[in-house]
Amino acid sequence: MRILLVDDSKTMRNIQKSVLSQLGYTDIEEACDGQDALSKVGAYAPEMLLVDWNMPNMDGLTFVKTYRKTDKTTPIIMVTTEAEKSRVIEAIKAGVNNYVVKPFTPDLLGQRIRETLDKTGAKAA
Amino acid sequence: MDASYITPFVASIQNVFSTMLQLPVEIGEPTIKSNPHPEFDISGIIGMSGDVVGSVVLSFPTETAVSIVQLFTGMEIDAESDDFADAIGELVNMVSGGAKAAFPDNKRVSISCPSVVIGKGHRIAGQSDTPCVMIPCQTDCGEVVIEVAIKQVTAAAQAA
Repeated sequence: MRILLVDDSKTMRNIQKSVLSQLGYTDIEEACDGQDALSKVGAYAPEMLLVDWNMPNMDGLTFVKTYRKTDKTTPIIMVTTEAEKSRVIEAIKAGVNNYVVKPFTPDLLGQRIRETLDKTGAKAA
Repeated sequence: MDASYITPFVASIQNVFSTMLQLPVEIGEPTIKSNPHPEFDISGIIGMSGDVVGSVVLSFPTETAVSIVQLFTGMEIDAESDDFADAIGELVNMVSGGAKAAFPDNKRVSISCPSVVIGKGHRIAGQSDTPCVMIPCQTDCGEVVIEVAIKQVTAAAQAA
């Protein structure tokens, strides 16, 4: 499965890559903000995306809204420090399939990924 | 600043450090920052805007920051490298994000992308009209200080 990680923090991308690798996902592309992600989705054609909210140049919410104009189905998990209920609702309305609040344990991220793939019917690996 | 805007930072740093670093944090007595300013080696800074404005700073001595970044990333990272600043920035991002979600009255607050200052003996100066509360935090890696200099925005100020 091709997974695109969108986060301006290299530290956070590395942590997520490590969790994904433990779950058996090793085909991973990285983007450092929403603009970078938009420039990569065409060629990479991700089958799942993990997207941060607060990023420079283009934030995660704007990215999700833009991406959803052309792709309605690829699962997106928002992984962010934005923990308010209103933000979660805003993200879901924009087209996010699941939500993980930072800080997270590897187990929680793994659980959310499995849930998301089950719910969306995407292939598991 | 009402204590209900300070206690979320205590809970948040304990949550972030225990979840991401498996590092317990013991909280000391918060004080109002006054002259002479304390000096630090490494500081991660986040701005807040919206219903609450101001800044949040997470400051460390270099040795403490190096140990904490090693726990966070699983690697020994030189304090001069971009990756080190990135890790410090992500820590202050998580502490601030967790705290603002626990502010009273469902305040709508946005946080900026973090900035990181690296330089022995630097001082952080805030806005003169906003008192700064310093929260000392003791860990097995050394002392970390959270500086919270925020204030609520009044309805009149928002309308102006």
